[in-house]
Amino acid sequence: MTQRLELPKGGFNFENYQRNVALEQQGLKLPTPTKTGTTVVGIIFKDGVVLGADTRSTAGSIVQDKNCDKIRYMAPNVYCCGAGTAADTQFTNSLICSQLELHRLATGRETRVCTALTLVKQMLFKYQGHVSAALILGGYDVTGPRLLAVAPHGSTDKLPYLVMGSGSYAAIAILENRWKKDLERQEAIDLVQEAIEAGIFNDLGSGSDVNITIIEKGKVDNIKGYARPNRREPKCRSYKFARGSTATLNLSAVTVTEGDAMDTS
Amino acid sequence: MSSEIDEYNGGSVLAMLGKNCVAIASDKRFGMKLMTLGTEFPKIFQATDKIYIAMAGLATDIQTLSELIRYKINMYKLREEREIEPTTLAYMVASTLYERRFSPYYVSPLIAGLDKNNKPYICNMDLIGCVTTTNDFVVGGAADDCLLGTCEALYEPDLEPEDLFETISQSLISAVDRNAASGWGAVVHVLTPERVITRTLKTRQD
Repeated sequence: MTQRLELPKGGFNFENYQRNVALEQQGLKLPTPTKTGTTVVGIIFKDGVVLGADTRSTAGSIVQDKNCDKIRYMAPNVYCCGAGTAADTQFTNSLICSQLELHRLATGRETRVCTALTLVKQMLFKYQGHVSAALILGGYDVTGPRLLAVAPHGSTDKLPYLVMGSGSYAAIAILENRWKKDLERQEAIDLVQEAIEAGIFNDLGSGSDVNITIIEKGKVDNIKGYARPNRREPKCRSYKFARGSTATLNLSAVTVTEGDAMDTS
Repeated sequence: MSSEIDEYNGGSVLAMLGKNCVAIASDKRFGMKLMTLGTEFPKIFQATDKIYIAMAGLATDIQTLSELIRYKINMYKLREEREIEPTTLAYMVASTLYERRFSPYYVSPLIAGLDKNNKPYICNMDLIGCVTTTNDFVVGGAADDCLLGTCEALYEPDLEPEDLFETISQSLISAVDRNAASGWGAVVHVLTPERVITRTLKTRQD
């Protein structure tokens, strides 16, 4: 009898679990997923929220991505910085993002940051910390500027300045020292830049550029590479190989045709 | 980055972005730890006319996952009555992997292709589906650390298809020669809007 392959209905699949346990018992070390490493910060200023992030992702001590985006869209007025296992932050973000979109369509109202927070924390608590996403949510809603954080087990914080990730110690030092109430927009941006740079230079899990997102009433500014303190010097000479350098055994070329040719017979 | 599981069956994969073209390459080894069992093990699969997907890692999972992805691509084509786009395929593969977040397939997939406007695209993902899209090169498999080094040194942007072939081939050969679990020949596909050029490389056999 043939078995039909069903498309997944949602939820996690554990079909490889026992096999993977058996492999582990044989003594094979299992691979580690990509971590973001990360320094992410968020602060509240006079009329909005500034989110900042570095752009390095790591797998062990290898730099996986030198320019990844850690500040992601959640709703038109809500953005989210992620730290932890990269896949978990990515998928948690997009799952909640689509639920919020549906919520907006159903209610016809602007998303509140606390709605996003509740959806995330309920999901993370349900998985008891196994989905290791640590998120900072920043946004501007009907209640004003909002800055909230969720830890992987589902606990949440509401503070005027927040940090997450392996570079959080370096970043919080700057914020504890310099944050004050009712900062001006540019002052806030400068402070976030300095906090992220502290992470970039003092934490090995963080690096490359400073990305910044400023959320104000009815306005969002996404600045990729607000500061680029780690530009690589371009190569002064070319390392191009002369054509024909590589020894080949055989060659085949398949011409790509766009669609089927019309039958005119 | 590369773990013991990557070394179990061996094999490495690599993709690079050029000027209006992409290249994707892999070695051909299939082994069990130190014993080489096959030297014609395919690790690159054609998804559509203009998209290829390469996988390194545990051989059984490469085969299972490639069949599952083939099924999903065919279903997509039948449902949507159009070819899948590279970004869509990337997230299709990523979701398939993330669904098994707590019982993963041990693979590191790469996707290389041209979209409907012939804009080149490459990405890789980790074993649980974290997508990394870059504008230079992506690597995977047993020799991934070596590959990152060679690519970082030899890659330059905006290479023509012929030059991209030389750069990707030399990067792959140099890395794979320093990894005992990879090698025994290599395949390179260069994808351009007009044609796909496939070459088999002459390499060491030890």
